Amino acid sequence: MIKVIFFAALREQLGCDGTEVSANNASTVAEVKDALGQKDEGWKNYLANNSLLCAVNHQMVQGDFAVKAGDEVAFFPPVTGG
Amino acid sequence: MNINTAMNKHAEISIQTEDFDHGFEVNLLENDNVEDGAVVTFSGRVRNNNLGLKVKGLFLEHYPDMTEKLLAEIIQTAKTRWNIGRVKVIHRIGQLAIGEQIVFVGVTSKHRQDAFAANEFIMDFLKVKAPFWKKELTELGETWLEAKTSDKEKAQAWSK
Repeated sequence: MIKVIFFAALREQLGCDGTEVSANNASTVAEVKDALGQKDEGWKNYLANNSLLCAVNHQMVQGDFAVKAGDEVAFFPPVTGG
Repeated sequence: MNINTAMNKHAEISIQTEDFDHGFEVNLLENDNVEDGAVVTFSGRVRNNNLGLKVKGLFLEHYPDMTEKLLAEIIQTAKTRWNIGRVKVIHRIGQLAIGEQIVFVGVTSKHRQDAFAANEFIMDFLKVKAPFWKKELTELGETWLEAKTSDKEKAQAWSK
């Protein structure tokens, strides 16, 4: 399984801080997002937000980045600390 | 978690819910450090207004472990770019009230230019790279803050 976690506004929009996606259903970050969007229209719309960022195992990546079982994929809005 | 963070390799970095003592942090930068003549510190606090609205407080969320990793990378880049001595970055998370401290960046160097520049560099990149998110409580309710283009441009300006 691929571990998926959400932060900040996205976490609240989806109403959960994480889930799992089977590595059989997704081989890239974009495919993880597609698999999550199957859940319902709400998830599909919130995850379609172009400003969302993605990290795999704590490293910032783009949508074509390859993922495998055991990876931690995080989706979150642009950061606003400091 | 906090004790480990303070004791391990990330001693330069602390992500914590509790407040910090500015004077104590300056002492840590200065104690047994007579090579460096310059100490530059920045602290950020929760102000009572934003975009014309009265702010009542802030909530800060972060991505544990990734935050520490990215801050370590930013500090490392600063160390290769300037001749600096000690560095300390503290960032608070959780619920913060008006006037409370949010962030501290302290840098020492032999001469002031390196510490001034490195401090600003660390702060500029913390703003656009470190996975923290602020939710603001205003008179109109709670809102997650949006990233500012001006912050992005400020960080990009360092690569010119």
